[in-house]
Amino acid sequence: MGALFSFGVVIALVIIALVGVKGAHLQALFGVVIPYAAVVTFFIGLIYRVVKWGKSPVPFHIPTTCGQQKSLPWIKHNKLESPATGKEVFLRMVLEVLLFRSLFRNLKMQRSGDRVVYGSAKWLWLAGIVFHYSFLIVLIRHLRLFTNPVPSFVSLIESVDGFLQIGVPNLMMTGVVLLAAVTYLFLRRIYIPQVRYISLPADYFPLFLIMAIAATGILMRYFIRVDIVKVKELTTGLARLSPTVPDGIGSIFYIHIFLVSTLFAYFPFSKLVHLGGIFLSPTRNLANNSRMVRHVNPWNYDVKVHTYEEYEEEFRDKMISVGIPVEKNPPAEENKTEEASEESEGKE
Amino acid sequence: MYDGGKIITGIIIFLLFATFPFYYNIGKANVKPDPKLDTPVIKQLAEKKCVESKEYMRANHMQILDDWRNMALREAKRTYRNAEGKLFEISLQNTCMKCHSNKNKFCDECHKYANVKPYCWDCHFVKEGGAAK
Amino acid sequence: MAKPKSTKTPKPDELSKIDYRPPEKQWMEVPVEFKPGTYCYGARPKYLEEVGFPNPREWQPYEDDWKLPDNWKDIVLEGIDDRLKKYRSFRLFMDICVRCGACADKCHFYIGSGDPKNMPVLRAELMRSVYRKYFTASGKLLGKKAGARELTMDVFKEWWYYFYQCTECRRCSVFCPYGIDTAEITIMAREIINLLGCNTDWIAGPVANCYHKGNHLGLEPHTIQSNIEMMCDDIEEITGIRIEPTFNRKGAEILFVTPSGDLFGIPGVYTCMGYLMLFHELGLDYTWSTYASEGGNFGFFTSNEMAKRLHYKIYAEAKRLGVKWILGGECGHMWRLIHQYLDTWWGPADFLEVPKSPITGTVFEHAKSTKMVHVVEFTADLIRHGKIKLDPSRNDHLRVTFHDSCNTSRGMGIFEEPRYVLKHVVNHFYEMPENTIREKTFCCGSGSGLNASENMELRMRGGFPRANAVKYVNEKYGVNMLANICAIDRAALTTLMQYWVPEVEVCGVHELVGNALVMTGEKERTMDLRLEDLPGKEEEEEDV
Repeated sequence: MGALFSFGVVIALVIIALVGVKGAHLQALFGVVIPYAAVVTFFIGLIYRVVKWGKSPVPFHIPTTCGQQKSLPWIKHNKLESPATGKEVFLRMVLEVLLFRSLFRNLKMQRSGDRVVYGSAKWLWLAGIVFHYSFLIVLIRHLRLFTNPVPSFVSLIESVDGFLQIGVPNLMMTGVVLLAAVTYLFLRRIYIPQVRYISLPADYFPLFLIMAIAATGILMRYFIRVDIVKVKELTTGLARLSPTVPDGIGSIFYIHIFLVSTLFAYFPFSKLVHLGGIFLSPTRNLANNSRMVRHVNPWNYDVKVHTYEEYEEEFRDKMISVGIPVEKNPPAEENKTEEASEESEGKE
Repeated sequence: MYDGGKIITGIIIFLLFATFPFYYNIGKANVKPDPKLDTPVIKQLAEKKCVESKEYMRANHMQILDDWRNMALREAKRTYRNAEGKLFEISLQNTCMKCHSNKNKFCDECHKYANVKPYCWDCHFVKEGGAAK
Repeated sequence: MAKPKSTKTPKPDELSKIDYRPPEKQWMEVPVEFKPGTYCYGARPKYLEEVGFPNPREWQPYEDDWKLPDNWKDIVLEGIDDRLKKYRSFRLFMDICVRCGACADKCHFYIGSGDPKNMPVLRAELMRSVYRKYFTASGKLLGKKAGARELTMDVFKEWWYYFYQCTECRRCSVFCPYGIDTAEITIMAREIINLLGCNTDWIAGPVANCYHKGNHLGLEPHTIQSNIEMMCDDIEEITGIRIEPTFNRKGAEILFVTPSGDLFGIPGVYTCMGYLMLFHELGLDYTWSTYASEGGNFGFFTSNEMAKRLHYKIYAEAKRLGVKWILGGECGHMWRLIHQYLDTWWGPADFLEVPKSPITGTVFEHAKSTKMVHVVEFTADLIRHGKIKLDPSRNDHLRVTFHDSCNTSRGMGIFEEPRYVLKHVVNHFYEMPENTIREKTFCCGSGSGLNASENMELRMRGGFPRANAVKYVNEKYGVNMLANICAIDRAALTTLMQYWVPEVEVCGVHELVGNALVMTGEKERTMDLRLEDLPGKEEEEEDV
């Protein structure tokens, strides 16, 4: 099963880091070389992916319209679901990117006797939102280890995140919430038969990886503690491009940073590139204005067509026989053409 | 339609956010914490040892302080037995701060560095002398 | 495999028992099974030859040997590569799916069949798995572990089977958090499949017809004229008014283009009668064209190139006739293409003027580049300005609901105009449940060229969610008429209703407009456009 395989890979990663640090004393490799390599891979890889998408044009104007088009002035136009201008598209994209608008629409199909009914299904949306935002906050919080002095917005986020003041150090809610959300996302993959059927190892792997990252992080903060001052010396060293590897940082730190490095390096080669992809999705980022503004296809090429002349050539006799006007060799009798034009004048 | 301009702008904005830690530190002195152990009381100690080993204290002092608080206030227990079996009075003021009377130069050094804001001092009063030097 | 015996579609109560449990085996291990009644016949060579499509030959999908060229694999892989470079949508949608499953139960074919490969995500994975194998590093390295698989003849046949079980309705794309549109993937897949000449007869035939004769049905100019004249005969019988429309008339102000389904067959012709009566009553200076006699475009169900070739005629004819702008009839995919593709293919239409209603003076600013206006937009504007007299009580024998067609809903966004018109021409209008209309509307099950007869079981399954919602309003409000603005709907929903909800009939919006339209000098109406007696009016007739 895909899940077991991915779980095995994540366990293997943990063991590699543990053995590497505890057994082989490769602190510099796991604390400096691999993180640098991972970050470089992340940036270059992600930019490469986005540029590759960018190199393929958007030949046709294909927004998915989810609301009333802009047409007659007295018909209420749905600006967010069927945007007609760049500004409206921007707002639609803000909703998509920041609030997962489309996923919020989710429904669950159910059979109730003969009927098919569609119930509300917001759990996936909720878990998705919670997962992404807690991950973002956790990332921002980690800036305290990469900046010196620590910027005030980081302190502010930390104090809000830890306002419950549970335990020492202060429990950061997002850490736990992240772990819970990612666990939910994993469980639904296992328990919903359809979702399990479509799931690949590549779907389970990032979940396990993030679970392991969150778990080692939580362990390190609350249970198997490490000397945070030494950790920060290492991490600020990374950010300042003058790496140092202080002695005596617990192995758990190296496991954590190795898993994070794996995530960074894996990112551009996986489905996680949806981070960048969502911005480029032509069904969302185009205005529904294709009858107002011509969309240009850069590879629009000439095609073989069946011209009117060819058509008339084939059907001229039949057209003439029923009085349909023709271009070439119209019937010589003038009365007939006159008749036709009279007819059309009569219409007006 | 390629929208190359928009894509490049997007990449630049992303990089501006994502590489923040790499450029934020530029030009800022990397002040490392330098906690001082030179208080008069420490200087007079024959054996310069805290309640537990130095390594343990560096990583886990917050845990001990939290445990002490709970023992003292909730269980009215005022004695702590360390790993070596030595006994200490459970008291931030009388035990910890007796030696580390230099909060500024001891506690705050690392807390500031690691951006930690312990709430010890919400209740505990910092003695003038301790706070000053 | 031998040719399947003519299959009987199971009865509705049998068909509606659907098992949604996926098989035990992983989907790549489950071989495709060509179930009779769920696929169309292979295209006859003459149709492919007529338009110059590759690999024309006698061929049937149920045969083992599909008679493909030896290098078929190279052709497919090159075809994929070429399209990855040409379509951002294709490359992006191959890359960014996270398999969250939000789309899974949104597809009418999945709801109606329970076949997991009809879940949009899995339909796309059929293609993605091959994309990974040949176009991504992880797929090349890790193979199956990365969700990649070899392109084999079985895989190719699986594509054929399932990409002809997608109607390109885009419902999944409404719910996808990244807007992944399975229609885009199906379009690409069909293009690639067609590189090997594996078209269906039901699509290739209309394409060939349309290319040469101007319309899918292959109606020749004199037939078009006589069909419309027969409608005018009926109109005369109903209203006492003789309408004499013009054909290929130069100098008309407006060219009218509608799907050829409106010119032939029931109930399309009733919609067409509605147009004829309305335009006559307005005294509109318009012309029909026998050359551009097709608004629809089955070419779109083969390749974008073919679609472009077929849609050439509309602007070309408008230019030749010297009209000012173009009015388009009620049709689904026709309007997806006019709205989203036509101007890109054949624009700029600078030989036309920005459409302006000669009756109300309204300038259709939203169509200022394409210069094509939807007839429902045109009529809604007329009603808004009080330019036509309507007697909705003539539709009182009807309890009407409205089916939003996929293409006009999710590829155009025309929701309010048809409702506005309907509410002015009928007195009894009821909406189907909220999650089955507007942008969440369900396909008729027969779009994108699947409205053949040999795949009837598939069509009835695909149309099941739509029919189910109609059944609900039929039972709750007594709805007996399903109005829509799509020619394929008018044909396909009629069959669908006969199967699932026989009490309900199907009509175009302009049929109801025609019924309600009070025409100058008309006689007392005793019949509707179907030449059926209007309840309560028969006696009056006898009195007279």
